[in-house]
Amino acid sequence: MKAISAIFNKEFKLFFYSPIAYVILALFTALTGVFFYLYLSSFVEAAFMDMIRSQQYRMAPQKFNVNLMLIRPYFWNIALISLFTLPLITMRLFSEEKRLGTVELLYTSPITPTQIIVGKFLAGLAYYVVLLLPTMFFHAILFLYGDPEFMPVLSGYIGLILMGASFISMGLFISTLTENQIIAAIGGFAAALLLWVIGWGSSFAGPTLAPILNYVSIITHFEDFAQGVIDTQHIAYYILFSFTGIYLSLKSIESVKWRA
Amino acid sequence: MIDVEGLTRYYGEKRAISDVSFHVNKGEILGLLGPNAAGKTTTMRILTCYMPPTSGSATVGGYDIFEQSMDVRRITGYLPENPPLYTELTVDDYLLFVAQLKGIEKSRLKSEIDTVIEKAALGDVRHRIIGKLSKGYKQRVGLAQSLLNNPQIIILDEPTVGLDPKQIIEIRELIKNLRGDHTVILSSHILPEVEQTCERVVIINEGRVVAEDTPENLTNRLRGSERIIMQVEGSEETVKKTLQPIADIQNITVKPENNGLVRVEVESDKDVRKELANAVVKNGLGLLELTVDRFTLEDIFLHLTTKEEEVA
Repeated sequence: MKAISAIFNKEFKLFFYSPIAYVILALFTALTGVFFYLYLSSFVEAAFMDMIRSQQYRMAPQKFNVNLMLIRPYFWNIALISLFTLPLITMRLFSEEKRLGTVELLYTSPITPTQIIVGKFLAGLAYYVVLLLPTMFFHAILFLYGDPEFMPVLSGYIGLILMGASFISMGLFISTLTENQIIAAIGGFAAALLLWVIGWGSSFAGPTLAPILNYVSIITHFEDFAQGVIDTQHIAYYILFSFTGIYLSLKSIESVKWRA
Repeated sequence: MIDVEGLTRYYGEKRAISDVSFHVNKGEILGLLGPNAAGKTTTMRILTCYMPPTSGSATVGGYDIFEQSMDVRRITGYLPENPPLYTELTVDDYLLFVAQLKGIEKSRLKSEIDTVIEKAALGDVRHRIIGKLSKGYKQRVGLAQSLLNNPQIIILDEPTVGLDPKQIIEIRELIKNLRGDHTVILSSHILPEVEQTCERVVIINEGRVVAEDTPENLTNRLRGSERIIMQVEGSEETVKKTLQPIADIQNITVKPENNGLVRVEVESDKDVRKELANAVVKNGLGLLELTVDRFTLEDIFLHLTTKEEEVA
């Protein structure tokens, strides 16, 4: 546990010692901010138009659902932006160690490969949570001026973090394969995109393949979370996915060590 | 303290080391000497459990490198050829991280770090970012890292490579000070370094141990054909005539130099310096210089490694 926290602390500290972390943070906040503004203004506009119309025709104004019209599509948006951003977080997690030669330090220290990988995974996840903080602030604005339901927001974040964990474990695995950060980033991005769009194929696939493709697709599992439904089936998928990624990373660094 | 028995390691088809065996006593500094790509780094990486050997076995501090890898790593400090530094961290942060990796308890962290900072003379730069430090300081940070937790065994891979002469002397002094408390293996392709710092030398060439002894014994081994070099005033013939009658001279060559001087090289297995000097002076020739050309480790090194090449 001590070794895991040592790796975690170092990794988390390093994120913020390098300019990359701030660039990613700024980019992520700007993108999610712009989308939040666009969704919010179209929502306000729609509500406003409805108010004018209802006054014109002397009808009771419609009740607009913030959760349905704003929060749900906004979560989809954050998920999509995360897909592009997370490979940038995971790319350095292991490649950097290889490039600097610090793997020699890690492998000759009295710590196990599991401790290394878990520490790095958790650091990546923690950084992702930091990335999500500004979007929480955006949501807080909605609570300040409106009355959205809280639980769907909570489930949305649970979904984002679980999905993020899956992406991070996969990105970490790809990062163990190369000492080049660019390759790690592109590989992570390609893999994430592939797992994202694979569900689209289900509409063309036959009756046996379609549900499989749908199940594999990382995004179909996020749907329920965005809608405010926490289903153990989807939690199980993400956790299984993360464990697979961590396991593969582990095998990858062990195999490098033992390769003759 | 360290027992290495028949280590062999292949990288794919290529054999990096083959049947390397040696022994290091407690508190001793052992030099691993060899040209580049001789297998020094491979040997060290196996001993530090970075990678396993293809065959053979080794124990470090009584622990087997296979079965008790964690114990080996706990008692060993290792400085790889490229110091494993996180260039974005400060020296203090970096040492703190390594100290935590080595499992030093929280209460001892600060004192441990202070100790190695003092040993490696890093006090002035402890708050600076490693990436901004000079090569010499980086090397010292790497060395400081390997000294954390006061390890019984310290393995240093080319610790002075890329440093300027002053820094090299500083690092060597530091390593010499480790003698007694620590068992040290140090690799180098620079001979005077090993000659000065190590008590015993293992010479590796093309993955094989070609010699293992103290620097003095290695030098003595080739002493049988010691040469005496003289500079004498006089003509070539007279000098030759004067010196040839002396007993125990195996071979003598006289070469004329400028200003009526000659250079004389005498090979003998006995110490004939006195006889030579007497002969020269008695015959009224001027003796300007008389030195014994001892074989340096460098000669032995070249001798051994070239011989090895001929065999192969």
